[in-house]
Amino acid sequence: MPESIRNDQSPAGANFPRDRSWHPPAFTPWYKTSVPRSPKQALISLDGTVSEITGPVFGHNMLGELDNDLVRNFAKPGESPIGQRIIVHGRVLDENGRGVAGALVEFWQANAGGRYRHKKETYLAPLDPNFGGCGRTITAEDGFYSFRTIKPGPYPWPNGVNDWRPAHIHFSVFGHSFSQRLITQMYFEGDPLIWQCPIVKTIPSREAIESLIAPLDMANTIPMDARAYKFDIVLRGRRSTLFENRMEGN
Amino acid sequence: MVQSLGLLKETPSQTAGPYVHIGCVPNFSGIEGVYPEDLGRGMVNARTRGERITVTGRVIDGTGTPLRDVLVEIWQADAMGLYNSPMETRGQADPEFTGWGRCPGDMTSGEFRFETIKPGAVPYPDGRIQAPHITFWIVARGINIGLHTRMYFPDEEAANAADPLLSRIEHKIRVPTLIAKSSGGGAYVFDIHLQGDNETIFLDI
Ligand SMILES: [Fe+2]
Repeated sequence: MPESIRNDQSPAGANFPRDRSWHPPAFTPWYKTSVPRSPKQALISLDGTVSEITGPVFGHNMLGELDNDLVRNFAKPGESPIGQRIIVHGRVLDENGRGVAGALVEFWQANAGGRYRHKKETYLAPLDPNFGGCGRTITAEDGFYSFRTIKPGPYPWPNGVNDWRPAHIHFSVFGHSFSQRLITQMYFEGDPLIWQCPIVKTIPSREAIESLIAPLDMANTIPMDARAYKFDIVLRGRRSTLFENRMEGN
Repeated sequence: MVQSLGLLKETPSQTAGPYVHIGCVPNFSGIEGVYPEDLGRGMVNARTRGERITVTGRVIDGTGTPLRDVLVEIWQADAMGLYNSPMETRGQADPEFTGWGRCPGDMTSGEFRFETIKPGAVPYPDGRIQAPHITFWIVARGINIGLHTRMYFPDEEAANAADPLLSRIEHKIRVPTLIAKSSGGGAYVFDIHLQGDNETIFLDI
């Protein structure tokens, strides 16, 4: 990198440190599976090196035409899944508020009855022959993404005797750096199950939980067709490297 | 009052859950015909430069049981130590090597397997050299936020001894948790322990 001072964001800056008090801790005994799966030792801090600052990219050309349309990507020709038709849209941003372009976003969910299409799934609600439950897209220049699906149902799960997951969509997101890698879940405005869910309650603060609840977005609803929910995703920001000393060639 | 920094908060993590396969490796989970193949299966092809290696292992919980619903991703430099990423500013990486792999644990044994190449060394920000390593990221049911760690190579003793991360770990007894075992012929085994006496070092990166 040349010695001259740059006013733009250097691509070599490390991410802001993760606020571990904002994220769920590893050990959350009310979510029982976390008990044997939570590391007990302190994490070793490592400011981002080139191994963490870099990350894989995925080209738009890898996407199939129906990858972001869960209503159609598994359905038989001329058929549709049962359920409430919705559009989920938003932007992938970083903590500096900049849109993250070219971010691969993958999503998966249960069907309208709360049943997943998976070998290990045993809930008695039926599969929908027209619903697979997976989709993906890549963000535009401004970080925008959208997909169409049906609203997933809540479902019971073995934890407490009577625990139910609120309706939710799982998200996996890539940024530009591998250290930005994130998996999370989106919830729906107004669902009373959110505040009873042991997995939701792994997140310490109400404010952080609320950042996972997508509001109903009537302005972007398609009349007589599908309601819209808006879900922005924030990945870690990157610091500027303006005054950092770097050896030639780094 | 002072001016606001105007920073947003990172979206909080939630567990990947037991059905992470549906979204990340749908063909593996039995959902066929939506994507032509699962992402991250193939890292190398016949034209990729470098020494072919395989990395296998399991992610093991605090009772000694392998996780059979885990998803493991790796990220590594090419044979020359360059990353195939737009964020790489030092040169052009081997275009025939993605550097990124994704593998679900086997639903019976829990084993993951990557066919890749041995990465070259890459610099630390202060100019020292980091020993060849592979970044691991682990998600599963019961893991509330993805776990980052690194795998180093057992046949790189001198480089490992000089590695800026390995050499500053206070509890030296834990360093071997980051070093794979060689089973010969370019095959490496890297078991990851979530808890217990051999708890793997996880990184806050
Ligand atoms: Fe779920």
